[in-house]
Amino acid sequence: MSELSNQLEKLSYQAQEISNQASNLAANLAETSNGHGDFLVFGFTVLILACFVGYYVVWSVTPALHSPLMGVTNAISSVIIVGALLAAGPIDSSLSKIFGLVAVTLAAVNIFGGFVVTNRMLSMFKKKQ
Amino acid sequence: MSNLSSVFYLVSAVLFILSLRGLSHPTTARKGNFYGMLGMAIAIGTTVASPGVLSYKEIAIAFIIGGLIGSTIALKIQMTALPQLVAAFHSLVGLAAVFVAGSAFYNPEAFDIGAVGSIPTGSLIEMALGTAIGAITFTGSIIAFGKLQGIVTGNPLVFKGQHFLNLIIGFVIIGLIAKFCIVQTPEYFWLIVLASFAIGFLLILPIGGADMPVIVSMLNSYSGWAAAGIGFTLSNNLLIITGALVGSSGAILSYIMCKGMNRSFFNVLLGGFGGEQAVASSGKKDDRQPKQGNAADAAFMMKNCSSVIIVPGYGMAVAQAQHALREMGDILKKEGVEVRYAIHPVAGRMPGHMNVLLAEANVPYDEVLELDEINRDFSSTDVAFVIGANDVTNPAAKTDKTSAIYGMPILDVENAGQVFFVKRGMASGYAGVQNELFFRDNTLMLFGDAKKVCEEVIKGLEN
Repeated sequence: MSELSNQLEKLSYQAQEISNQASNLAANLAETSNGHGDFLVFGFTVLILACFVGYYVVWSVTPALHSPLMGVTNAISSVIIVGALLAAGPIDSSLSKIFGLVAVTLAAVNIFGGFVVTNRMLSMFKKKQ
Repeated sequence: MSNLSSVFYLVSAVLFILSLRGLSHPTTARKGNFYGMLGMAIAIGTTVASPGVLSYKEIAIAFIIGGLIGSTIALKIQMTALPQLVAAFHSLVGLAAVFVAGSAFYNPEAFDIGAVGSIPTGSLIEMALGTAIGAITFTGSIIAFGKLQGIVTGNPLVFKGQHFLNLIIGFVIIGLIAKFCIVQTPEYFWLIVLASFAIGFLLILPIGGADMPVIVSMLNSYSGWAAAGIGFTLSNNLLIITGALVGSSGAILSYIMCKGMNRSFFNVLLGGFGGEQAVASSGKKDDRQPKQGNAADAAFMMKNCSSVIIVPGYGMAVAQAQHALREMGDILKKEGVEVRYAIHPVAGRMPGHMNVLLAEANVPYDEVLELDEINRDFSSTDVAFVIGANDVTNPAAKTDKTSAIYGMPILDVENAGQVFFVKRGMASGYAGVQNELFFRDNTLMLFGDAKKVCEEVIKGLEN
């Protein structure tokens, strides 16, 4: 019994240490994210971490749903609309604004098309009665 | 970017991750798709609320037009045409990336990256890379679409010096990007776009129709990297995270497809595999005659056995035979026969294509099994019913070291008690290899259109 409580104590100590490290790391990241010049490093960190998340999440997708997976990824890759909206944002018209509006239209086709077709696919998958 | 909008973007990134996570099982998948929509709505809402975005009316019009077009197409499209649709959608993401990068170049103030003529080099490189990947995705997807739709020939188009030409264009693009970063003039921006258009076009042209699953996945991946590239230009984490998710998803799918064909990614990318050339080069004539059966025999045998495994392939999709096939399965089930479906990883023209088609025909998903799950069961199965598949059942992949498909994982259809092979004629499959299975003692060929054969079998079962 006492052994167990000892171990627990050790474990909680370790957990605390890890959380300390994590908050240090976060503080470091926050520091580096000030100003655009430093964004490259920060953004790269985010990119690599997101690749790992993507790796594990996508491998857990069942092969039967690989087509819907392509539908969803197609729809969410249109998040590029964020850039398009910023480009189309200014009141006065310019070449850059027209580009932005075209990009908004293209991305919107994709967002709606991607989600709707995925929803159609998924609604067809039924279990044996 | 204010802190508040950063938080919203983070929420939307998490929702995107959850939307992919939902696809781990059919029961959670629809919820996942909903998370994706919610994430997108939050991302759009946050951006529209940002202080730089003021032209609400024009944006709304552009958004509604795009939304209507997208929804209409997605609602009307036939499930057999899904691969083309996805390819077409990828091309739009690519083109959108080019336009966003272009507008960032013409009006850098809107993106907070300096002024015209004095954009920092880092931003220029990111912009150029996003543009190049986007442009390659655009033309590459257009060709993939054309091949899948049958507008461009599905045969690989190869010519001498092709790879050398691609290499040169690749170096030209790198040179153009370097020059673009130094002089910052629009001419170089558009030259990068043009050169990337050209290489996207040339890369996909030599790749044959049945390799399209790899290519569609690869372009899916590219569209993600293009989004991530634009994310760097905008210093926006949401775009980077989403781009990385999509990019890795497409890369994993391409890997799975390549493994399903036992070919390296480079081998697919270099193109020229299969099609008429391979048939011609395989040379030796085969005079053996396979045994031919008829639908009535097949119906009689399947009705009186205890288990049937159906192996569908792209031919089933072409003949739109999935509904007739399901009807056949239903009758057999009523007769007390155990009916299951075996799907090879590369069956169809995109990953998971067969599963969607069978689901569309109301086949329950728990009757549809993957190669690893079902391959052992062939030896204890009475009848294997192969419809529209060919290369993925060829036992030569395991025994014949000289075969073009040697080493490719196959469905062990040969181990079943009796094999019925539905086929239009004796033509060989995509790899241009004769299928040994046709000449086995336990194989009967059912010649004819897949849908018609199924209907005849149904008639036989009902009598």
